Amino acid sequence: MIEVKGLSKRFGTNQVLTDVSAVFQKGRVNQIIGMSGSGKSVLAKCMVGLHKPEEGKVLYEGHSFHDMDNEEKRGVRQEIGMLFQGSALFDSLTVLENVMFPLKMFATMPPTEMKARAHDCLKRVKIVDKDGLFPAELSGGMQKRVGIARAIAMNPKYLFCDEPNSGLDPQTSIVIDELIKEITVEFNTTTIVITHDMNSVMETGENIIFIHKGQKWWQGESEDLLNSDNKELNEFIFASALMRRVKAAMKRE
Amino acid sequence: MTVLFHIGRYFLLLRETFSRPERLRLYWKRTLEEMDLLGVQSLGIVALLSVFMGAVITIQTKTNIDSPLIQAWVVGFAARQSTILEFSPTIISLILAGKVGSNIAAEIGSMRVKEQIDALDIMGVNSAGYLILPKIVGSMFINPFLVMISMFLSIFGGYLAGIGTGIVSSTDYLQGIQMGFIPYHVTYALIKTVVFAFIIATVSAYQGYYTVGGTREVGISSTRAVVYSNVVILIVNYALTQMLLI
Repeated sequence: MIEVKGLSKRFGTNQVLTDVSAVFQKGRVNQIIGMSGSGKSVLAKCMVGLHKPEEGKVLYEGHSFHDMDNEEKRGVRQEIGMLFQGSALFDSLTVLENVMFPLKMFATMPPTEMKARAHDCLKRVKIVDKDGLFPAELSGGMQKRVGIARAIAMNPKYLFCDEPNSGLDPQTSIVIDELIKEITVEFNTTTIVITHDMNSVMETGENIIFIHKGQKWWQGESEDLLNSDNKELNEFIFASALMRRVKAAMKRE
Repeated sequence: MTVLFHIGRYFLLLRETFSRPERLRLYWKRTLEEMDLLGVQSLGIVALLSVFMGAVITIQTKTNIDSPLIQAWVVGFAARQSTILEFSPTIISLILAGKVGSNIAAEIGSMRVKEQIDALDIMGVNSAGYLILPKIVGSMFINPFLVMISMFLSIFGGYLAGIGTGIVSSTDYLQGIQMGFIPYHVTYALIKTVVFAFIIATVSAYQGYYTVGGTREVGISSTRAVVYSNVVILIVNYALTQMLLI
């Protein structure tokens, strides 16, 4: 479980996050949703330690991340898997080498076992016979799947996914969403997905946190999402034509 | 204030770079790759430049000291001294700052804007150490070899130009390059080369590591890496010359 308490972050004079508190539950897909520029990616980056907040704490199983020394932080980070918006695969490494990278860095198993583990992860995300290809030779969806394989290589306790569906077609997006959901259940990870894709929210979201103007505006379960009376949340949810039709259908019922 | 900020952040990055590596074996493998990329693959340009540099030094020396009072072997002597003391270590380092420095800044800068450095950090890898240390060690090890090759080729280029144009005889040139040779001058040149290699690798890596933005900013970082490396090399060249030769 990850807990965020009173988190505030600013860049220069620009206050990006203000007093955000939330709990991210284990074994569930926790989603941080909100408009572009609302501060959701900054929140995630504060949570994994890429940004240092001015105020507040991020607690991993009750231990404050920003109060840990460097060794302890590295220990926690080795339990984190992260899928980046642009996949962030290493260009100079092949698919197999990318997935083996964290294992080579931190695992104590022999090379043959590492290779077998990497193959298992790739098989898990349905990437086969692509070992020798470089990231530039893969489609966007495949890159995302290799990114997931790399993220789960070390059996992470925490899985962060930053806009996993950006730039993907709807069908591939569903495949990625399902994969994230399956992995969360299978590995019992605390999964945090940052997204503004409502389809993804409806497909996989369980515990949802809505960030608006750098503040936590709403938190609840996915089934409560469509019935909320929060004005800003409703504007966000029903911004697309498809969701407006859903709303109209709900009213008719 | 901005200059002080950058100097402070540069030294903090160095501290991070030299902190304990996670897996020494992986760093060693990367160091060998960097030696190939930054050193061996620069051999062509270094060789070409050195031969022509030596040729020009010889012709210019001859045309500027064309007096019956000065003995003919002085051309070879001057060519050797200029090559060993200044042209090979400094000019080659400035050229390498252009070729290697821009390469380092562009590679690390691209990794920064594509979030690959963030990925390393989140995995718990010391990204500065993993990316920069092999480049520093690789450059500091391989550049002295490049400069030694450059010294040889530059003096050889001078010989070819001297004989080819007939401005100096083979005997006089060979006598000149052996005249009053002080081995310490080679040591001095190699010390400078090692220091310049450190400057090229670290200044360029600093520019790349703190790139913010997109591809345009990667280009800007790359340009800055070359400009700042050259400026620092010229200043340090003066300081080292004063310290080591006087």
